[in-house]
Amino acid sequence: MTDTTAPVLELRGLRKSFGDQEVLRGIDLAVHRHEVICVIGASGSGKSTLLKTVNLLEGIDDGQVLLQGEDVSDPRVDVDATRARIGVVFQQFNLFPHMSVLDNVTLASRKVHRASRPEAEANARRLLDRIGLGDFAAAFPDRLSGGQQQRVAIVRAIASDPELLLLDEVTSALDPQLVGEVLDLVTELKQQGSTILMTTHEMHFARNVADRIVFLHRGEVVEQGAPAAVLDDPQHPALRAFLARVHAA
Amino acid sequence: MTTPAGAGTPLVTPAPSQVERERQLYRRQRGRRSVTVSVVSTLVVVVLAWIGIVNTPGWAAVQQSFFDPQVAWETLPDILLGLWLNVRILFAASIGVAVLGTLLAVVRGLRNPVFFPLRMLATGYTDLFRGLPLIIVLYLVGFGLPGLGVFPRLAPEFWGTIAIVLTYSSYVAEVLRAGMEAVHPSQRLAARSLGLSHAQTLRLVVLPQAIRKVTPALMNDFVSMQKDVGLVSILGAVDAVRSAQIAQAEQTNFTPYLVAGLLFVLISLPLIRVTDAIARKQQQREQIGGAV
Amino acid sequence: MTRPLRLTIALATALVAATALAGCSSGGGDNAAGTVTDGKLTIATGQPAYSPWVEDDEPQSGKGFEAALAYAVAKEMGYGKGDVVWKRSTFDSAIAPGAKDWDLNLQQFSINAKRKKAVDMSSAYYTTTQAVVTKKASDAAGDTTVAALKKDTIGVAAGSTSIQSVKDVLGVTPQVFNSNDDAVLALQSGQIDAIVTDLPTAFSISASQVKGGTVSAQFPADGTGDQFGIVLPKDSKLTPKVDAALKSLEGDGTLQDLQTKWLSSETNTPVLK
Repeated sequence: MTDTTAPVLELRGLRKSFGDQEVLRGIDLAVHRHEVICVIGASGSGKSTLLKTVNLLEGIDDGQVLLQGEDVSDPRVDVDATRARIGVVFQQFNLFPHMSVLDNVTLASRKVHRASRPEAEANARRLLDRIGLGDFAAAFPDRLSGGQQQRVAIVRAIASDPELLLLDEVTSALDPQLVGEVLDLVTELKQQGSTILMTTHEMHFARNVADRIVFLHRGEVVEQGAPAAVLDDPQHPALRAFLARVHAA
Repeated sequence: MTTPAGAGTPLVTPAPSQVERERQLYRRQRGRRSVTVSVVSTLVVVVLAWIGIVNTPGWAAVQQSFFDPQVAWETLPDILLGLWLNVRILFAASIGVAVLGTLLAVVRGLRNPVFFPLRMLATGYTDLFRGLPLIIVLYLVGFGLPGLGVFPRLAPEFWGTIAIVLTYSSYVAEVLRAGMEAVHPSQRLAARSLGLSHAQTLRLVVLPQAIRKVTPALMNDFVSMQKDVGLVSILGAVDAVRSAQIAQAEQTNFTPYLVAGLLFVLISLPLIRVTDAIARKQQQREQIGGAV
Repeated sequence: MTRPLRLTIALATALVAATALAGCSSGGGDNAAGTVTDGKLTIATGQPAYSPWVEDDEPQSGKGFEAALAYAVAKEMGYGKGDVVWKRSTFDSAIAPGAKDWDLNLQQFSINAKRKKAVDMSSAYYTTTQAVVTKKASDAAGDTTVAALKKDTIGVAAGSTSIQSVKDVLGVTPQVFNSNDDAVLALQSGQIDAIVTDLPTAFSISASQVKGGTVSAQFPADGTGDQFGIVLPKDSKLTPKVDAALKSLEGDGTLQDLQTKWLSSETNTPVLK
């Protein structure tokens, strides 16, 4: 049962280990409708793993993942159906190279959400036009620059209107001059009211776009709050050290 | 800034400079000289080879025995009829191998522990049939299975096709499995993240890419199968090679073998050319330019 | 010297060398007697050699019609048992043109004019008809007319004249197997109803290879029968000697004795109508 007053996403006591390495040590996190949450932290802090457990790409060892109040980490829940409600964009774009841009974007709509081809394509073209890539609908991903591919990947993720959008370091693999166009798109998505949980190490961007910044340290949420508070007035020593390193770079 | 595919204004290049004109002239001249030398040397080699062969003591007898146009013409209809059998078996076998090979590759790729016995079966199958020589499979299937007495009498072509499908599926399954493993796991991740089921991911994302990756190997297996189809004659069916053999025994002349051989080459030539073209196009796409 | 030019010269030299070598051909029968090896008579047969032509695939034992005949002919030509060397050859390579590494070859070769263009053939040492092997318990065993038999599925061995006989007499194209062994496999497993081969071989396989087998009919002996002759290399010096030997063996009854001993076949096999 989906509860529309509940947070879109709620993580309760999430635990995950790889072998004897505990990567997530009891995460509690809530993402409310229209909120944009940026998760920051050093590499190895568990940021990517966290995102992967949300859409169940990684199994969890303990705890719960609740989507609109529904426990989707329950083994009785259909995993594919859950994933269809969540959009994911990866660091490496991961577009399907053997399909055109249009087919990439409409694939989920057609095959999972059972939209008709004309319907799905019309929607896709509209989205592609909005990001200025309408002329590339018939092109194949290898013809696009990194920034263009990543923007198509984002469009692919939102094409079926997901309840939650997960962005995993989406600008890390891009040349600096292409980062801007992707971040502009994410800003636009926020303005349209998308609910976003993202990991990033673009601190300026986090400051401008996030409603809340969450700092992950060794698998635990040690500090979170409004961007100004977290970035300008860090409390936790680990966060202070992290920010010092970031500013020094 | 990349220009979108197909759109954009045509490029207008200025006239080449003096230096560039001289470079082009030099390259053209050198190119002409290379071509002339290679043509002349090829002709010389061919002529020498011809003279060499024609002057061997047994040439007259061999020519009559292997290159008799009259015999070739007389035996052509029968051999063509036999070749038709080869083509029919090839067609049916290709479909069977495509289906069974894909099935085996997919089963071997299943990771859920529930499917362990099925996976073991598939592994055992591919190990067995990659090791068994096709001739032995033909004997076992073509003579052994009918001998069990549970089947109605079926044409030898039918059993031969089964034997070929059983054997070649194992090779194709291995090639496909390699192709599937070569597809980056991130592709599977992306597909599952969209909500595609395991089966949909396989069908829409993994297999198309896997097949593209191993197309040259698959084509090679296919060409090889084309030739092995002739072995079905062991079971009594009269194919092109057997026709040639019968004609040879009748005419005491070996030209029919040459005719059959040429026909085989003719039917595999289009496929070989297509394979090369596909491989070249793929290479171009993946290794963009470069003068190394 | 440019690279292509160098390659051309290298290739040309190789070709000239090859041509020169080809000029000196080896090949059998160069000595005075016309045999491959001095003082020995090299006789070839098939691999494997079948009964009743050669027993147990051991021609050197002299058991089997062709093995025994070979020793008899050799003796007439002045070669004792110890002077006979056995070799194996395939059917096809024996009747192909070119030099041979044997002097005589016996593998139930039917004498025909076309073959004589490529190799020498002796006079006939045996005349045979084609016969039909079936399983006693099958329906096909009762098919003793052309009309009935042509409806059955028939198998023959490749390279034999049985193919042509079946086409001529029955008007159908049989299934062709690599050997009579394979045809027997097909008969056993029910893929074919009958095997057609020469009479002596028919009796041999029906007795020893086909379970519950029988020779149910034979083809009429009206010119479709084969005459078997010994194959020799083209223009061999031994051919007239072999013919003389055969004539002598025929004259003193040895040939008939050998036939009776090794190829005794009942003559009450029904002839196809």
